[in-house]
Amino acid sequence: MIELIKRYKVFTILLAVNFVILVTYPSIGQKSFGITWNNTIEMLSVIPPIFILLGLLDVWVERETMIKLMGEKSGFVGITLAFFLGSAAAGPLYASFPVAGVLLKKGSKFSNVLIFIGAWSTTKIPMLLFEASSMGWKFMMTRFVINIPGIMLIAYITEKLLSEREKQYIYDNAGSAK
Amino acid sequence: MFTIVLYVLAIVLLTISFLRDKKKTKMALKKAWKSFENILPQFLSILVIIGILLALLSPETISKLIGQQSGWIGMLIASLIGSITLIPGFVAFPLASALLKNGAGFMQIAVFISTLMMVGIITLPIEMKYLGNKATILRNALAFVFSFIVAIAIRAAL
Repeated sequence: MIELIKRYKVFTILLAVNFVILVTYPSIGQKSFGITWNNTIEMLSVIPPIFILLGLLDVWVERETMIKLMGEKSGFVGITLAFFLGSAAAGPLYASFPVAGVLLKKGSKFSNVLIFIGAWSTTKIPMLLFEASSMGWKFMMTRFVINIPGIMLIAYITEKLLSEREKQYIYDNAGSAK
Repeated sequence: MFTIVLYVLAIVLLTISFLRDKKKTKMALKKAWKSFENILPQFLSILVIIGILLALLSPETISKLIGQQSGWIGMLIASLIGSITLIPGFVAFPLASALLKNGAGFMQIAVFISTLMMVGIITLPIEMKYLGNKATILRNALAFVFSFIVAIAIRAAL
């Protein structure tokens, strides 16, 4: 129980802040609750399949298979798979981090996990279609074409700037997560 | 629409999994729940922060801030707003196209959209939980810089 209170402490404080705003500035407070509610509904509607797939991935895909597909020596296949997995996703970027955690735990290469996150953030297929319809095809295509090398570059530079020890620490952390 | 595809995929795979191994399937569902419950406090906190932030920083305010500023200052403001806020795409793109009509430039909009999608200051704590502090900061900083490159490319292309 105390554990529970501790874990939800920040959330409770934030809710209290929101209530204070509601009392002092009713219009802003109402709006804020409205937005939070809508986003919560949106999150809850898209998140169940993501976490079920995450659970299935964790249980069914052997570490050896994952290392072969997305690990240190996976090369082109690993990169393509990382892009594909990220682009096929739905939902906000923060939903990608727990999935990234499982990918790390299963032995994916660090840069491939970062490519997966990058693809989830910008090259999601439904989002691209939406972007094209509101911003025009040229705007979307230009961004898409430069985003692919950009995502890879960000992934490689980030991995290069981490020492072996720092990386090991991240992998250990992912492996110990429940 | 796309979410439905994910649901169908999850249900089909779950059924196959169940037919092949009930115990493993149970374990998968348990893991799914645990990973979700594990991150739920942070998710909820972020939802409230986004709510407060967007109530203060309404699309109208954003369009005032980005729409009237041009040049590098406009881009800087756009990038900062994009990095802090977290707006779902189906709100962000109509907002962006409205901003264009209100006089914002393509470069400002490109930087705004790119940072909105790739840089997440509010979600840093969640990201750090899985990727560690250094990798998280590096990824976000690089994505921030990259957003300006995207803007330059947009200017060259359009």
